[in-house]
Amino acid sequence: MIRLRLTFAKTDAMRYTSHLDLHKAWERTMRRADLPLIYNQGFNPRPRLQLAAALPLGFTSRCELMDTWLGENGRSLDQIRVALEGALPPGLRLLEMQPVELAEPALQTRVQAAEYTVTLLDPVDGLEDRLDGLLRADSLPRERRGKPYDLRPLIEALEPMPPDEAGRQRLRMLLAAQEGRTGRPEEVLAALDYDPSAARIERTRLIFVS
Amino acid sequence: MLKELLSERLTPAEVTSRLERILPSVQKPGRYTGGELNQVVKDWDSVRTRVALVFPDLYDLGMSNLGMTILYDQLNRREDTLAERAFCPWSDMEVAMRKAGLPLYSLESKHPLSDFDIIGFSLPYETLYTNTLNALDLAGIPLVSVERTTEHPLVIAGGHTAFNPEPMHAFIDAFAIGEGEEVIHDIVDSHQAWKAGSGSRADLLHGLARIWGVYVPSLYVAHYHPNGAFARIESLWEGAPLPVQKRIVAQLPPPPTRFIVPYVDTVHNRIPIEIMRGCTRGCRFCHAGMITRPVRERPVAEILAAVEQAIAQTGFEEIGLLSLSSSDYTHIIDLVQTVREHFLGRHLSVSLPSLRIETVSVDLMDAVMDERRSGFTLAPEAATERMRRIINKPVSTAQLLETARAIYARGWPTLKLYFMIGHPSETLEDVQAIVDLCKTVLAIGRQEIGKRANLHAGVSTFVPKPHTPFQWVPCDTRENILAKQALLRRQMRGAGLKLTWTKPDETLLEAWLSRGDRRMAEVVYRAWQRGARFDAWKEHFSMPAWLAAFDEAGLDPAFYTDRPRPAFEVFPWEHISTTLRKKFLFDEYMRSQIAETTHDCREGCFACGILPTFADLRREHPGDAWMCPQVSPKKRVAVSN
Repeated sequence: MIRLRLTFAKTDAMRYTSHLDLHKAWERTMRRADLPLIYNQGFNPRPRLQLAAALPLGFTSRCELMDTWLGENGRSLDQIRVALEGALPPGLRLLEMQPVELAEPALQTRVQAAEYTVTLLDPVDGLEDRLDGLLRADSLPRERRGKPYDLRPLIEALEPMPPDEAGRQRLRMLLAAQEGRTGRPEEVLAALDYDPSAARIERTRLIFVS
Repeated sequence: MLKELLSERLTPAEVTSRLERILPSVQKPGRYTGGELNQVVKDWDSVRTRVALVFPDLYDLGMSNLGMTILYDQLNRREDTLAERAFCPWSDMEVAMRKAGLPLYSLESKHPLSDFDIIGFSLPYETLYTNTLNALDLAGIPLVSVERTTEHPLVIAGGHTAFNPEPMHAFIDAFAIGEGEEVIHDIVDSHQAWKAGSGSRADLLHGLARIWGVYVPSLYVAHYHPNGAFARIESLWEGAPLPVQKRIVAQLPPPPTRFIVPYVDTVHNRIPIEIMRGCTRGCRFCHAGMITRPVRERPVAEILAAVEQAIAQTGFEEIGLLSLSSSDYTHIIDLVQTVREHFLGRHLSVSLPSLRIETVSVDLMDAVMDERRSGFTLAPEAATERMRRIINKPVSTAQLLETARAIYARGWPTLKLYFMIGHPSETLEDVQAIVDLCKTVLAIGRQEIGKRANLHAGVSTFVPKPHTPFQWVPCDTRENILAKQALLRRQMRGAGLKLTWTKPDETLLEAWLSRGDRRMAEVVYRAWQRGARFDAWKEHFSMPAWLAAFDEAGLDPAFYTDRPRPAFEVFPWEHISTTLRKKFLFDEYMRSQIAETTHDCREGCFACGILPTFADLRREHPGDAWMCPQVSPKKRVAVSN
């Protein structure tokens, strides 16, 4: 048995695939590539696939991480990589693949923070002032799904970026991404008084505990 | 307002950018994006004919429809044609689309539907009728056929409901009756020939009416008796045939294997391979069994090759070996063993629907199943042997109990039994028998595996479908159905028992729409105007809208469903020919009245009408290609001078 760590991009229409459906997409990719996934024992056997951090529906990403366990298949890593690349569905792109120790701790437990690039589809006047205002606040009380919380401590960095090719304004956000302590880019946009559905959000980096 | 917005004719790029704003705020946006693995995108300008295939229900359902998959495959194989998909938006998306002036678009290229040459609706069930109108409206295409000009796409429809097309006659330019694999090419060819000239819309329709299996409703007029009963249909043009004979393919073409792999969960995530078409059983209530004759089987090797190919191309985790009656497939044991050898242990599940009630079926399922076993389904339909004789599904209760015992003993904790109530000959005793039978079966399960045993009874309500021996029979009244369901609900209680049933209003709607005549088109239209859509979804279904629509159209719903029909009644669907003789159906109806069964026609042909009609085709395809008897070669007439 080998354990492989895949870094992949999630783009285009694949961004509307939920966390659960993404598991399915990978399982099917492995089956098309004829790679022997290891299944958990049990009444309803599931393939062993572990994603580092769930990506909200609608976000694209160029830094998703997943561990997968494969049985012996007599193929070299290069051959596995080629087989995988040939079987990927539109919207998934394999960026990196490396073997890791079987005993490595689970990816999910090690994520600290996530970095996002947010493209604003509508122009915003006085964006920098709004950002300053937000960052200067001691606390940003907000409510999500009926639960009050403070957004401010979850923002580690928030700054303007150079505009994209179409001249649209962009933001860089670095937000906490731990179990029970997750900053959400849409919440930051809402706090900036900007309609989150008029933005394109891409996850660019996951930061792990060293 | 939508019409004005649509007149600007959005480009695919504009559709895409409007879509991007909408998608973040709707449920399950993955339904509306397209772009999935195995979708076919062709250069728009490289083809002569562009077809939009529309399944007028949610993507989640439509993507599991095999008919649409077959047509998509057939059309995209042609170099001169492209086929793309569209589905109905859920209500949240519909509101968002109308607000943004976004017309219904195809998933592949994001062209508005009005840019296509042909729009083909797949109509396997009647509750899609209002959605069909809604889809046309969202596309900015006139709903009524006569209002369309050469500027508009040709609107066609097919599927099982097309065997009584009349309730939709006003909205569909041409119906494809029967099997689609070949007729779709004839339709495209005819459209291309018309497009190459400068003909009128009428020329296009005339060309289509000449194709075997195509019904162009505007070329006919219906007449009624003063009492409202249907009298006859008249052809208004000499080229419009009466009756319109259904289309069949003499031999099933190789099955499609390059299935589109959705990004989101759909109702069936599986590789659907049709192993056989048609059914020889002759259950008298079964619409599919009457309209899909003759029985044709695919060879085991072809099925196996298709499954292997489909796994490599899709990666799906489930294989569905589809037919109306799997046990009747001649080589079923061979097929099951071959499937077992090839696919067991690869974490795939295999489904084998519609198995006969006999212990052999348990062996068959045992062979194709991995370690995962949840439910086993059987459809006795009725609980007394008398009712089973009436519906012509003869199976003894002893046989059912023995099969049930084998199912529990071989590791299935849940047995699902399908029943049907509401036949006019049914008494409350017959319904009570359903309860008693279920309890006996569960007790057997308890003996075998103790408290883990479950029994799930799915009780639907009978609809007397056109073209079946029961087309002369009325629907059970609402009151009767409610009384029967109340009995079931009162008594089917307790640990391990589960009951599901159909609401009487939903059954009535299905009956009105499936038995309706041309006048029903106005009801469909007015119901849609009153907001009816997604009628098969309980969160949308609105009986008041339908009743009001009947009222406005000046029609009495009871006229369609409450009358037993006399022997001389002319049905408004008779000009659509399944090729089954009316006398064959009527004899079957008479036999049901004296509770006499008719054996499987593999054991002896009843000349239902298929073989006399298609003798030449059968002669050209001898051997086991069809389950009908062989037809002797044509004798050569000696020519002498």
